[in-house]
Amino acid sequence: MTGKKIRIGVLALQGDVREHVRALAVAGAEPAEVRGPEELAAVDGLVLPGGESTTIGRLLRIFGLLEPLRAAVGDGLPVYGSCAGMILLARDVLDGRPDQPLIGGLDMVVRRNAFGRQVDSFEADLDVVGVDGPPMHAVFIRAPWVEKSGDGVAVLARVGEHPVAVRQGHLLATSFHPELTGDTRMHELFVEMVRQRGRA
Amino acid sequence: MTVGSAEPARQAGTARVKRGMAEMLKGGVIMDVVTAEQAKIAEDAGAVAVMALERVPADIRAQGGVARMSDPDMIEGIVEAVSIPVMAKARIGHFVEAQVLQALGVDYVDESEVLTPADPHHHIDKWAFTVPFVCGATNLGEALRRISEGAAMIRSKGEAGTGEVSNAVVHMRTIRAEIARLSALPAEELYAAAKELRAPHDLVAEVARLGKLPVVLFTAGGIATPADAALMMQLGAEGVFVGSGIFKSGDPVRRARAIVEATTMYKDPDVIAKVSRGLGEAMVGINVTDLPATARYADRGW
Repeated sequence: MTGKKIRIGVLALQGDVREHVRALAVAGAEPAEVRGPEELAAVDGLVLPGGESTTIGRLLRIFGLLEPLRAAVGDGLPVYGSCAGMILLARDVLDGRPDQPLIGGLDMVVRRNAFGRQVDSFEADLDVVGVDGPPMHAVFIRAPWVEKSGDGVAVLARVGEHPVAVRQGHLLATSFHPELTGDTRMHELFVEMVRQRGRA
Repeated sequence: MTVGSAEPARQAGTARVKRGMAEMLKGGVIMDVVTAEQAKIAEDAGAVAVMALERVPADIRAQGGVARMSDPDMIEGIVEAVSIPVMAKARIGHFVEAQVLQALGVDYVDESEVLTPADPHHHIDKWAFTVPFVCGATNLGEALRRISEGAAMIRSKGEAGTGEVSNAVVHMRTIRAEIARLSALPAEELYAAAKELRAPHDLVAEVARLGKLPVVLFTAGGIATPADAALMMQLGAEGVFVGSGIFKSGDPVRRARAIVEATTMYKDPDVIAKVSRGLGEAMVGINVTDLPATARYADRGW
């Protein structure tokens, strides 16, 4: 895959798709919107954007993407999820809806809206393992946190005791929204993960 | 790799956090609900948020009288019933209603022309709040005046409670055309453009540079069918508010789902055709041209 731009999809059913598309382009990837199984099959990696996790989960099921996505994650497709995307990658969700569909793959349980309602949403500077340079300016919007995670999950950042950025192999997730700040270092980290997998 | 605990300084209620919340709603449908049961139906159907209010606009029209903020008990009941964000309406200029809604933990306040305006001269100073605001606009100047007052999200006004989409179409086309015109102007002509638009020059220059509003733009007012929702999305709306259109129709459960799916796949006529089948009666509606000037909500606010 050397010399060729890697193609990274952004799940485009609902949420802040455009912001991730822009960040991926700046980070050196060729972004593509993904709304169906054919589009999913044509990407080297995938971003699950911020949005409403219950809505996106329902639309995944209706438009026939839930099972193909689970299979792709099982086959090692690199995936990065921010906020709602983090919830979708979890094995289980607390304070969610009982029937809320999840993709899974990351060995963690997340708590939805863990920091509170919108009036509790905040921004803060955060040191993230694997992101060089000054702290990342992180935006948390009705954000989840990781309630518990398995031994295979590396914690990259915390707020208080709670992990807010994690990685397990080819899967990356953040409670916050780097796509809203113009700081593309998290996307660069993900692009590098996709590139490594392409070489493997 | 392990990371110790950290307590970073948190800033709440910033413009980025308020505008960012609206970014997360994009591509979604926000539904008017008057009971906890309706809120659950909306959430089940895939709504990204609900708007809690006592009477949908169609009933406000039919029953008349002064329309105000809803009963806090009713809003709290809806906040407790669903896990998705809850919005609620305050009267134009009624900053105490907005204070109450913020205290109730509402996620977004709609300073709405559907309620009877409380101040004929001043909108709410929205910068003074932690909770974000959405406001209606019929044109670009109005949108920018609301943003200069601190609105973190704009929706076209349309003509609420009619089930007739024409005004929403006019407002969306107007806003888009005015943005396109600004983008084509040389920088030195933006001063006069700001004067014509009756909007601050820095915001006008920002819109000219971005080619879009600096906040998310939804549509509202008169959307009654999946095709209406897709029409507004194709015209450039980033998401859809549906007021009376769902719970004043024959089969709200199916219509709510259909409008969500049509909003997601707004460019795909096959999906829109499929979801439009067998929805039962749409809301009967009122032709906007039959409304006397005094009954038009879109003229409220300025």
